[in-house]
Amino acid sequence: MPKWGRRAVIAAFGALLGLGAGAPAMAQVSDDLGVIGQLQYTDATGTKVPAVGVDLSIDDVGGATTDSDGSFRIPVPGPGEYTIRLDVATLPEGVALNDPERATLQAKVSQNGDQRVIFPLVFGEGGNQTTESNFSIRRISQLTLEGVKLGLYLAMAAIGLSLIFGTTGLVNFAHAELITWGTLMAYYFNIYGLVATFGFLSVLPPPFGGGVNFIFATLLATIMGGVLGYVLNRVVFRTARSAGVSLLAQMVMTIGLSIFLRYVFVYFFGSRYRVYADYASQRANEFWGVELTSRDAAAMVVSIIILVAVGLGLTRTRTGRAMRAVSDNRDLAESSGIDVERVISQVWIYGGALAALSGTFFGFDTVKWDLGTRILLLVFAAITLGGLGTAFGALVGALIVGVAINWSTLFIDTELKNMTALIVLILALLLRPQGILGKKQRIG
Amino acid sequence: MDWGFIFERTFSAMIGPEVMVYALAAVGLNVHFGYTGLMNFGQVGFMAAGAYGVGVSVFWLGWNFWVGVLFSFVYSAVLALLLGIPTLRLRADYLSLVTIAASESIRLLARSRVMQPITGGVEGVNQFAGPFYDLSPFELGKFYSFGPFKYLGRDVWVLLVGWTLLILVTLMVRALMKSPWGRTLRAIREDEDAARALGKNAYFYKMQSLMLGGMIGGLAGLLQVVQKASVQADTFNPVITFTIWTMLIVGGVGRIWSPIVGASIYWTLIVFVENTLRQLPDGTRASLERTIELSDFNIAMLRFILVGAGLLLLARFRPQGIFGSREEMALDRR
Repeated sequence: MPKWGRRAVIAAFGALLGLGAGAPAMAQVSDDLGVIGQLQYTDATGTKVPAVGVDLSIDDVGGATTDSDGSFRIPVPGPGEYTIRLDVATLPEGVALNDPERATLQAKVSQNGDQRVIFPLVFGEGGNQTTESNFSIRRISQLTLEGVKLGLYLAMAAIGLSLIFGTTGLVNFAHAELITWGTLMAYYFNIYGLVATFGFLSVLPPPFGGGVNFIFATLLATIMGGVLGYVLNRVVFRTARSAGVSLLAQMVMTIGLSIFLRYVFVYFFGSRYRVYADYASQRANEFWGVELTSRDAAAMVVSIIILVAVGLGLTRTRTGRAMRAVSDNRDLAESSGIDVERVISQVWIYGGALAALSGTFFGFDTVKWDLGTRILLLVFAAITLGGLGTAFGALVGALIVGVAINWSTLFIDTELKNMTALIVLILALLLRPQGILGKKQRIG
Repeated sequence: MDWGFIFERTFSAMIGPEVMVYALAAVGLNVHFGYTGLMNFGQVGFMAAGAYGVGVSVFWLGWNFWVGVLFSFVYSAVLALLLGIPTLRLRADYLSLVTIAASESIRLLARSRVMQPITGGVEGVNQFAGPFYDLSPFELGKFYSFGPFKYLGRDVWVLLVGWTLLILVTLMVRALMKSPWGRTLRAIREDEDAARALGKNAYFYKMQSLMLGGMIGGLAGLLQVVQKASVQADTFNPVITFTIWTMLIVGGVGRIWSPIVGASIYWTLIVFVENTLRQLPDGTRASLERTIELSDFNIAMLRFILVGAGLLLLARFRPQGIFGSREEMALDRR
């Protein structure tokens, strides 16, 4: 039974969704998974020699050093797609990667057991190329592309957060959980489908009978994001505003809500990492010297379309203009006849939907219960850099943060790349506290 | 169902090591938020700074444990300075953004492979607290019982030192808050512009408060790692910060003894609920299992669900805490 999923829905919405029955049994997942491999090279005399003492690592997971056989094993918390990085500097003298560009490999660990990865090594020629290739045009353009991808996803999450701040003055620390909610909902619909929620659909053939295609699941997750945004505002924050709870108290409320939701997620979902049923692992296509999977390319195109639509919506439609007006000056907007509470409600709905959509994209590698919390720092940096309360500032800030984080891996360990966001945040506050697009006003 | 066991655990938790550590951290947070109005959402970062002050000194630099203790204060004071410079001139929410971001970054940095030679990475630092336990007048491995309380000898020693420090620090904070310096802090909390108009340099006062509270938080982190005899990056999870916030608000913000009262009430409740759920008779457990899954993992997660719900409801309905008065300080005064 999809216990976590159905119960999460029940817990969050109760009567809103019908109760269903009948869904595929959860596959048994082995607890002891890892990425393994053996590093060896052929020396000048033609004998195979194990490469000893080479460091390999996986971001946020851990690392290992090859033993006397050249073997290594990095335990991973669960099935999923992992990026294994070989530290070229620790290779034995005179030994290099066969392809210097491939110091990182993608491995998809299934629930069946260890996954083997192969780093082909050569002795002799090519040893010097590795240091040069670190700053090659190819690497920088690849990192830029990854940065833009991260920035686009971040922007979708950040716009809602920024507009909630603009319209209500509230820093919503629970926004991370809206992102996670999107991932979890996409996973839920992708694996178990509508039938798990609406039991009467079980007579229909797939996509309605079982798990639905990821594209459809993304759509449903986005809608669910909007629903959660609406519910949170209606049940928690609107009542608090009308009861006159101060902004600082509301901020503490968002913290409480964030922790509550996060641990409700892990209660039902478990702490294991999982993967979507579709598009979990793809071979990268190469074009114009950079590599991108068609999944990521599609997600980027969708993000761009959505962001352009949001931009047009904010500038051309009545609702969007009302949002910006309230964000700009609440009292003035209210006195000119705008229903402020209605606008705030719309901001929460659209903000929640956008955050959920970005969450589904962030979940491509692994679906996990604390996904949002891990990127909250990046979202904060993006909206502060862009200017708190400005929608377009959030977009600009997100792109800058995304690219800056990826470029920083040219100089620092990838494990620490998210710390770049903290540095961006502090620099922004020191140099231009109102943000790039924020209006200069007294904020001290 | 063994009620004797449950009550023994619960009573021992009431003044146990966790309460002592969290209460001390909450005293620091009370200086920040209760008396100065600083929204510090990264108290666990200061605890980590204190913990690694001793961990790094002993592990990497090979210094004496007691020198490391001094560096705990240096580290947390420097951290306060670094976080305060960009944010204390700005509106209150900027400090909250930067502190929450910094506390998580400290944890990531400390557990990273790059820092492994310095901080011990994921494995952390062990076996550094020997000099502290050498001074113990109690037998370390023996159980001691005092009325309803029962602890190991090593914990008795930690608790004795810890509670003495906690009460001394609390008395120091009380004396400071009655002094002109403390009154200025409260003036800044109530109305920063008015305090400025009277010629007080609000920025410096806020910075001093951030450093003082941060150093108290550092002391809490130090005591925690001494008690556990290991420095582990992942124990300094951001959710600890909000556990401390919940405790502080339970006790009542801006009151001298509230951190201790709040920490004790909160922790006792948690331990009671967890142990009761673990000890449920089979029949009850089975019937509960049908509606909610009650694995040990889920019971452990319940603690954090309660933190979240508690914080949400307290902030919403009783911002002055259970014992606080709205006269002195409530969360919703400004």
